[in-house]
Amino acid sequence: MEELRKKAAELLQSGEVQMVIGYEEGTRHPRPCFISSADDAAKLIYDDRCTGNLAVYLTHKELIGGQKIAITASYFALRSILRLLTEHQIQLDKLVVLTVSAEKEVIQFATTDDITAYLQTAPVPAREDDKALIEKLNAMSPAERWEFWSAELSKCFKCYACRAACPMCYCTKCIVEENRPQWIQPWASTLANIEWHINRAMHMTGRCADCGACGAACPLGLPIHLLSHQIVQEVTDNFALDVNQAVSGDNALSTFKPEDKENFIR
Amino acid sequence: MEKRFITQASINRWLTKIVNDGKHLYAPVKKGDRVDFGRATSADDIVFDHIQTTQSAKSVAFPRTDVLFSYEKEKGKVQLENADLTAYPETVVFGLHPCDAAGFNPLGAIFNWDYKDEIYNARLQRTVVVTLACTKADEYCFCTSVNGGPGNTAGSDIQLTPVKDGFLAEILTEKGEALMKADEAAFEADRGDVKEEFLVKLPEKFDVKAVQEKLQTAFESPIWKAQSQRCIGCGACAYVCPTCACFDIQEDAHGTKGKRLRCWDSCGFALFTLHTSGHNPRQTQAQRWRQRLLHKFSYMPDRLSVRGCTGCGRCSRACPVDMNLSEHLSSI
Amino acid sequence: MSEFEPKIVAFVCNWCTYAGADLTGTSRIKYASNVKIVRFPCTGRIDFMLLLKAFAEGADGIIVSGCHPNDCHYTSGNFHARRRWVIFRGLLNFMGIDVNRIQFSWVSAAEGAKWADVVNSTVTAVRELGPYTQYRKAADYLAQQDQSIIDGQEAMIIK
Repeated sequence: MEELRKKAAELLQSGEVQMVIGYEEGTRHPRPCFISSADDAAKLIYDDRCTGNLAVYLTHKELIGGQKIAITASYFALRSILRLLTEHQIQLDKLVVLTVSAEKEVIQFATTDDITAYLQTAPVPAREDDKALIEKLNAMSPAERWEFWSAELSKCFKCYACRAACPMCYCTKCIVEENRPQWIQPWASTLANIEWHINRAMHMTGRCADCGACGAACPLGLPIHLLSHQIVQEVTDNFALDVNQAVSGDNALSTFKPEDKENFIR
Repeated sequence: MEKRFITQASINRWLTKIVNDGKHLYAPVKKGDRVDFGRATSADDIVFDHIQTTQSAKSVAFPRTDVLFSYEKEKGKVQLENADLTAYPETVVFGLHPCDAAGFNPLGAIFNWDYKDEIYNARLQRTVVVTLACTKADEYCFCTSVNGGPGNTAGSDIQLTPVKDGFLAEILTEKGEALMKADEAAFEADRGDVKEEFLVKLPEKFDVKAVQEKLQTAFESPIWKAQSQRCIGCGACAYVCPTCACFDIQEDAHGTKGKRLRCWDSCGFALFTLHTSGHNPRQTQAQRWRQRLLHKFSYMPDRLSVRGCTGCGRCSRACPVDMNLSEHLSSI
Repeated sequence: MSEFEPKIVAFVCNWCTYAGADLTGTSRIKYASNVKIVRFPCTGRIDFMLLLKAFAEGADGIIVSGCHPNDCHYTSGNFHARRRWVIFRGLLNFMGIDVNRIQFSWVSAAEGAKWADVVNSTVTAVRELGPYTQYRKAADYLAQQDQSIIDGQEAMIIK
C-alpha cells in the first residue's frame, strides 16, 4: 500500500500525470477516488476488496478532459483497458497503468504486450458463488432456466446501473434510448427487461472483460453478469479468441473465419 | 389513538384473516440473500428482523409502470379510456419502517401540487399502512437527522413496536382501526409498555436546518463537482428512494390502439433533461447531482413545505460507487 | 394439439433464399402455408432483435435463411451473420429461450425444393412444440402488474 501511495505521489509531484484514479475506504467497501494532489495520496488503498472496475471512468470526458491519468487497475480493469485501446476510446500516451500484484508489488506497464503478459500469468480472481450458480443453471432444463431468468429479470426496474458501471458501455446514445424504431420497450416489465438484458449481453460480444461489474452494480442483486459471462464463454469456445489478447486479437463479430461453426444451420 | 398489545402468533392469525378477506398483502419477504417487498403468500414468509428492504414501499401507490389511459382509433374517431380507478386492489402494506411511511407525505405533496393525480390518490386511498418501528439500524440510516425517527408515526395507519413477547400496536387512523377489526380479538389490551425503551437510539448525523440554509447559496459551489466525480449516472438511488417521484411518459402503441404509460425516471440520467434540439440544460453529472440534492433539501421544502428525504439510507446502500448521502450532506 | 397451426416468420435474404422461395412457387412445389416471409437485403442485416420481436408478437417459430457460405451477394454478410447466430443461440439457450423454434438454413436461388423442405420440417417441429405462450406471457406487463405491483413477480400468488 505504501509503495502505491509513494508511486502515486511521485507521478503527481513530477507532473507526469494530473490525476490518479484509485480506491479509498468507503462506507462498507472500498470506493473509487480521484486524486489530483500528492498530499492526498495517503487516501489510496489497494487490496482484494478493490474489485470495482475503475476503467469505466477513463471514458468519462467531463472527469478526464485532456488530462494524463494514472489508474490503479484491478485484473479485470486491465482487460477493459486493453479493449478500450483496441476500440480507440483511450490513448496509451495519456495513461499510466498501474496494478498491484498478488505479491503486493506495484507494477507500471509500459506497453500493451506487458499487460497481456501479466494477464496471462497472474491468477484470475476467483468468483466461487458465480461458479456454483453457473453449474446449477447448466444442470437445469431449458424450461427451468427460463423460469429462473424470467423470474429474476422481472424484478429489474431499469435503473441502468449495469450499463453505467460497465467500461464498455461508453456509447453516447444507447440502444434503449433509440425510439425510431423502438427496439426495446423502455418501461420495466418482464419481457421488456429480458430484451434489454439480451441486448446488453449481445453488445458485449468479444468486448466483455468478464469483470462482473454489471452484476455487482445491480441494486437488486440480479446475477446479470452471468449473461455477459456466457457471451465470453461462447466467444472463447467457438472462435478461439482470448480476452487477454484484446489488442492484437480479432474482433469477435466484425471478423469471421470461413470454417466457423455451422452445425446448427441446415 | 388507541394502544393495544399483540403477540407474534396473533399477528400471523390477523394477517391470514386479512389475506382471506381478499386484500393484497405486501410485506418484506426473502428474495435470495436480500429482503424486499413482495406479495406475501402467508404470514410465515414475512421477515420481521430486517434493517431495510432493498426497495421502498412507494410502488403500492406509484408503481414502476402504470397505465394512465388506453386509446383506440376507429374510422377517424379516437376512443379514450381512462385507467379504471375502482379496479385497484385493496392493499395492505405491512412491515415497512417509519421512514417508508413518512415518504408518502412528500410523494403526495408532489402528486397533488397543482394537478391532483387521481391515480396516485386512488391507489393510496386503497392502501393501509402498517409500520414496524425500528429496534435496530445500520450505518446508512439517518432518519433522526431529517426530523424522522425509529418510532415516527407519520404516514402510518397502524404502528407495531417490537416489545417483550410481542408488539405494542398503536392504532393511529380510522383506516387502521378498520383493519384491526378484521380480527379484533387478536389485539389484547395495552400492557403499558413504554415504546421509547424498545426503539433503536440513532444519533443525528447532521443539522438539516443548517444544511438547508447552506444550500440557499450553494448553487455555484465547486462541491458538486467534487462530490459527483465518482457518480456513474445510473438511476439506482432514485428508484429505491421512497420520495423520488420523477416519471417518464411512454407509449405502448400497436397500430391503431395503445396505452399511455407512466414509468419511473431519474434526474441522474443524462437523457432526463435532454431537449429535442440537442441542448441539455444539465450537461454534466455535477449539475445532475446538484439538482438531486437541491430538489430534495431546498426546492421541496421551499415550495411544498416537505423534505424529499426520510433518511432511509437506501440510495447509499444501493449505490454501486458508494455515494453516501448523509456523508455528502454533512460535508457541505 | 392437432388443431394448432403454428405461425412461422421467415427472415430471408433477397439474393438467395427469397429467389429460392420464388422458385419453389414457379416449380409448383406445394409447402405449408404457415410461413410469412420477410425479405432482407442480406442475412447480415437481420438484427437479432427482429427474432425476439417476432416471438413477442405471436410467432411460434422462426426461419432465418440466406446464401450458402461464399455465395453472399455482398461477399461476407452471411459469414458475419453466422457468427452472430452462434453467440445468440448460446445466449438464448443459457436463458432457456427455446432455440429449437429457430431454424437457420442456407437456401440458394436454385434450391426451390430445399426451401419447401425447410419450411415443412420447421412447421412439423414447431407444431410438436406447441404454441410459444410462455414467451408471450412475459410480454403481458398488465397481467404481471395485477399479480404484483412491487416487482412484477408472477410466481407469487396468495393461497
